[in-house]
Amino acid sequence: MNLREASLLGWGLLLLALGLTALGVCVGSAGFENLLQPLLNPLQDPDQTAMAQQIVWDIRLPRTLGAWAAGALLGLAGALAQGLFRNPLADPFLLGSASGASLGVAVALALLGGAVDMLGSSAGSDGGAGGMVGDGLAFTVFGTGWLTRLGLTGAAFVGAVLAVLLTLALSRGVQHTLRLLLAGVVVGVVLGALTQLVLVWSPESLQAMQAFMLGSTAFVGWSACAVMALTWALSSVAGALLARLLDGLSLGEATARSLGLPLTSMRLALVTVLALATGAAVAQTGLIAFVGLAAPHLVRARVKTTHGRLIFLSSLMGGVLLIAADTLARWLIAPQELPVGVLTAVLGGGYLLWLMHRGSHSGSGVI
Amino acid sequence: MTPIAVSASHIFASFGNTEILHDVSLALPAGRWSSIVGPNGAGKSTLLKVLAGLLPCQGQVVLLGQPLHSYPARARAQTLAWLGQNESAADDLTVWDVVMLGRLPHQAWLAAPSEADRAAVEMALKSTGGWDWRARTLCQLSGGERQRVLLARALAVQARVLLMDEPLANLDPPHQADWLGVVRCLLESGVTVVSVLHEISMALRADHLLIMAAGRVTHFGASTDAATHRALQAVFDHRITIHPLAGQWVALPK
Repeated sequence: MNLREASLLGWGLLLLALGLTALGVCVGSAGFENLLQPLLNPLQDPDQTAMAQQIVWDIRLPRTLGAWAAGALLGLAGALAQGLFRNPLADPFLLGSASGASLGVAVALALLGGAVDMLGSSAGSDGGAGGMVGDGLAFTVFGTGWLTRLGLTGAAFVGAVLAVLLTLALSRGVQHTLRLLLAGVVVGVVLGALTQLVLVWSPESLQAMQAFMLGSTAFVGWSACAVMALTWALSSVAGALLARLLDGLSLGEATARSLGLPLTSMRLALVTVLALATGAAVAQTGLIAFVGLAAPHLVRARVKTTHGRLIFLSSLMGGVLLIAADTLARWLIAPQELPVGVLTAVLGGGYLLWLMHRGSHSGSGVI
Repeated sequence: MTPIAVSASHIFASFGNTEILHDVSLALPAGRWSSIVGPNGAGKSTLLKVLAGLLPCQGQVVLLGQPLHSYPARARAQTLAWLGQNESAADDLTVWDVVMLGRLPHQAWLAAPSEADRAAVEMALKSTGGWDWRARTLCQLSGGERQRVLLARALAVQARVLLMDEPLANLDPPHQADWLGVVRCLLESGVTVVSVLHEISMALRADHLLIMAAGRVTHFGASTDAATHRALQAVFDHRITIHPLAGQWVALPK
């Protein structure tokens, strides 16, 4: 019964992702009707056709697929985090990776000589018309030259990984879940404060930093897609390998150990996958809240299943959530667009509040 | 002479800076049911964890003639099953999934459950009366039903030694009687059962009682012995009395 429901949900999410991808390619400042004609009649106006192809192929398609990949990474990481910490409120950023990535980007911006020169050249999505809201210009860490961008995404990734390592050092390994959780919170707070300190010294980075903090898929290109897709494939395989161990851990630490499960190496593997998946997503799209937290809850609200299926379905759910949020963010105030992180925070927060409200009334709440 | 299933010598165990067990030594006979009893804070659960290899300690625990620490994790898990006090389980898992987790020590990584695994799970569920709920999730069960599922999880391991910490928690009297039936079946098949029980009358149904107070073993003997009864009354400050009733011994508060 559960297997059938899980299969149905999986196929439903895949179809939804395909539908939303098609929709995501259509939505933007240049309406699809303006793109369709040049694409269908390439000989009529070759320049228009080239531009339409560029918008669809170089901007909207990678962006939409990138949104799916980032959401899938966050959904997968969320399911892993909730299984590892045995806490339904755990999210992928719990080990300090978000604040580490933020600090990495803040330091990189400060070291690279401030954001204004770097970011002035950045255009919005769809050739400049649909940038993120901010004095009518697209201020973002994602839209700069490839070298700078590589430096910034690299800094975000390195920051996320270093923060997780710091959390592990403070918690003296991965043996104690509660210590790990507390260390993650402490690292998050301290690195958050350090980020603010860097921004005080380098106020010109503030606006670019804000774009990173709000999250955006606007400048995800094919290379970013490839990085996230590869990380997702690796993380999914690792998640499948660790799923049964997570089921065992759900019986409690002592029972899991009595069943002969290698808890220490297993936790280390889980934390590594968690850091990798979160770091890859954050480095390409900035901080996108609630997707990692809400995706496993949405899956659990539909099917009760083992971690093997939960991880995979949460990943699919995360992808669908982020494509939907991204499309909505582009459509709501078109031709401008909302930062997708803001939208996910508002919608995700609302959903969790509803879940809590329903739980307190039915007595069987997920939370 | 009865062979020994689990023995411990000069065990010292601590939580943080507080020493809980002080120089505990014991030898529990194989194929018998030994029950650990004593007042709150005597160190019963701590001792059970030490015997299961779940708590670091000084001293040595020997399982079926071999030092416990020398067992590879998987071999130990196949030989010795443990049912913890207030054991948790994910509410999202079905009863079948939870009990199947008891087969983890017998399964290769990523291998699908074998026929033997399925048979073991079915037998464990039927013996605890949980077969009819196998498709339900744990969040749909009452406290007593959950406890029976968790017992089935421990039984599914099919280990030669079964350690249980407060296995009767949340069970009503008829299901306590069912639990006794399960224990008898295990004993008949040669399994060694060690339980921590706070229901003294139920503990008196065991073959042997290991009586503890303040982190030390004060007495070990047959549960029908007068000396055992005297030791039991002593650790409870003579605030209980032990009487024969319908061929059984029962403990009553004074």
